[in-house]
Amino acid sequence: MISLAKTASWTRRARWLALAAAAALLVSACGGGGSDNAADDCEPGETDGDLAFYNWADYMDEELLLAFEEETGVSIDYTVYESNEQMLSQVESEAAIYDLVVPSDYMVALMIEEDLLLPLNYDALPNFSNIDDAWDNPPFDPEHRYHAAYQWGTTGIGMTYDALDAIGGESSWAVIFDADTAAQVPGGISMLDDAPEAVSAALKYLGYSITETIESGNEDAIREAGALLKATNDRLVKYDSVTYGDDLVNGEVDVAHGWSGGFAQAFFETDAYETHVYTIPVEGGVRWVDTMAIPHNADNVCSAHAMINFLLDAENGAALTNYTYYGSPNEASTPYILDEILEDPGIYPPPDVYERLELIPQMGDLGLIVQDMLTEAKS
Amino acid sequence: MPSLRRAKPAAAQSTDAGPDTPPSLTPAELAAQRRKRRTGTLIATPGALYLLIFFVVPLGLITVYSFATRTSTGRTSLSGWNLNSYERIADDVIGGIIARSAWLAFLTTVLCLVVAYPFAYYLATRPPRLRARLLVLVMIPFWTNGLVRIFAIRFLLGSNGPASALSEAMGFGTFRILFTPTAVVLGMVYGFLTFMVLPLYVALERMDWRLVEAARDLYASGAKAFWRVTVPLTRSGIVAGCVLVFVPSFGSYVVPEILGGAKTLLIGSYVARQFQAARNWPLGAALSVLVIVAMLVAVAINQRNSANAERTQGVTR
Repeated sequence: MISLAKTASWTRRARWLALAAAAALLVSACGGGGSDNAADDCEPGETDGDLAFYNWADYMDEELLLAFEEETGVSIDYTVYESNEQMLSQVESEAAIYDLVVPSDYMVALMIEEDLLLPLNYDALPNFSNIDDAWDNPPFDPEHRYHAAYQWGTTGIGMTYDALDAIGGESSWAVIFDADTAAQVPGGISMLDDAPEAVSAALKYLGYSITETIESGNEDAIREAGALLKATNDRLVKYDSVTYGDDLVNGEVDVAHGWSGGFAQAFFETDAYETHVYTIPVEGGVRWVDTMAIPHNADNVCSAHAMINFLLDAENGAALTNYTYYGSPNEASTPYILDEILEDPGIYPPPDVYERLELIPQMGDLGLIVQDMLTEAKS
Repeated sequence: MPSLRRAKPAAAQSTDAGPDTPPSLTPAELAAQRRKRRTGTLIATPGALYLLIFFVVPLGLITVYSFATRTSTGRTSLSGWNLNSYERIADDVIGGIIARSAWLAFLTTVLCLVVAYPFAYYLATRPPRLRARLLVLVMIPFWTNGLVRIFAIRFLLGSNGPASALSEAMGFGTFRILFTPTAVVLGMVYGFLTFMVLPLYVALERMDWRLVEAARDLYASGAKAFWRVTVPLTRSGIVAGCVLVFVPSFGSYVVPEILGGAKTLLIGSYVARQFQAARNWPLGAALSVLVIVAMLVAVAINQRNSANAERTQGVTR
């Protein structure tokens, strides 16, 4: 009997041990990381280990990565995401540790607010002065401590010239939001599957300023935009934030709400410039800037600075734009950028058009209402 | 009346009923039995640990999160516990999304059943060698990447695809089926058909065909014999197939995203949206809990159904 009891207690103990081991495993999995963020000590070009670079999909010329690896001897662990929020949840949950990420404007503001970014050490970034003064101290990072501009672009409408002619030759959000105008277009229409963008487009059509609406907390205007989206839903072929350019050149749709560079890439790849065009509607549109920033828990801060400095180099910055077809904030790059890009009003809009573009501000609590608007539109 | 099969062995031992009752064991035999049991536990440990870490713990976390609060920047604050997220499920919008998901899942299930039953019937009535080959054919799509297959359907249904070209050639004009709920149902029927075919096949194959013959001998028409004998006898397969199709269709994410053009919002996409774009983890978690509960109910129905089936089969044999 005694021996029996002993075995029983042994198995119980073994079970507890197993549980404890499992718990330890969990804890170590959750609590990983912990690094000394000694950004102040980085010299220009200095590296301190392999670089974990987390960037938007289809947003980097691989030649540049290879060149950086060759120049510095560190290897790059390059992974991609498809939305700011996806990147944010990775950084926030520490599901993986990144040294360099590429948040858009409003996301920079949010990440600063959440203490998720590390201030940059400008001493390690001599090429920072290459950035055009127009990008100094933007509203999303007023003291300009946390980010370096990467690429910028606009949100507007891509369409066939036939569709543009059908609506009278001038691009307007009416081609999406006004039933009669939309009916003139022979083919289908698509919109970005992105609540802030969809609501901003509707606001622009309704004549509201995006910045003022958000900053003054004008919920009525947002609900009005939401009602407009709902009325538009049945007219759309689809919502898409990834293949809108391809769908347009393939003829799946004739009018697509989307980002400038996405269209430019699709037009370029299929030689569709003769038949298709990217436009900024007469009511105005959205402009945005993606930036390079370092997460608060980055392991290799110096390597991240080295990469930022590398990409801010005049020729490297031009190579980036020549690949992505998005605008470069890098003033020094201009001589090296392809003429077809510099002369494309869809990528570098003329000043009068540029004035009608707005940044989407950080939305705070309105963000959820904006999300609900797109959800309700789809119901 | 509970079946004997389900009675606890301990109870059977203590009541000391029939000649099957094992004689009392010697200490050595007892020890051997214990060793055996311990080896069993040991073998099961990796699997159990895996499930504990990757299923039970995340499930617990999801449940905890569903009672948490979302801050204005979208961070989940693990304090101020509340039921707000569950209250929102009753909203018209979310209720509508749930109802639509259930309706499309129901349509998918019915279509799968209608397509799969004759097919399984055909399979089960072939000679064994041919049957084995046909079964392999049924399984082959399973070995192909699901995403690739869905994109292939997207091409097939696209306005530049073969289906549209065919309808144009026949004078019906181009048709728009891609990015509609119809396309979603078509895709889900294709994706989940195997889940319906296999349980139906098993039920039909196990069936005692002499009962059908007996019905025919007693002047039942073919149709009557089918409805009164074959269908009731394969009920377990029908219910199992329906559960296996309905549950994944209800929570389906990939098919509606790719074939539905994100235009008809279904519960799977809506949950994903809460965790990503909307950054409302508490609501996403509450909806996940809801989907899991729905699944558990379906599984419970299935369990009960198979227990019933075992009992009826005990009677027929």
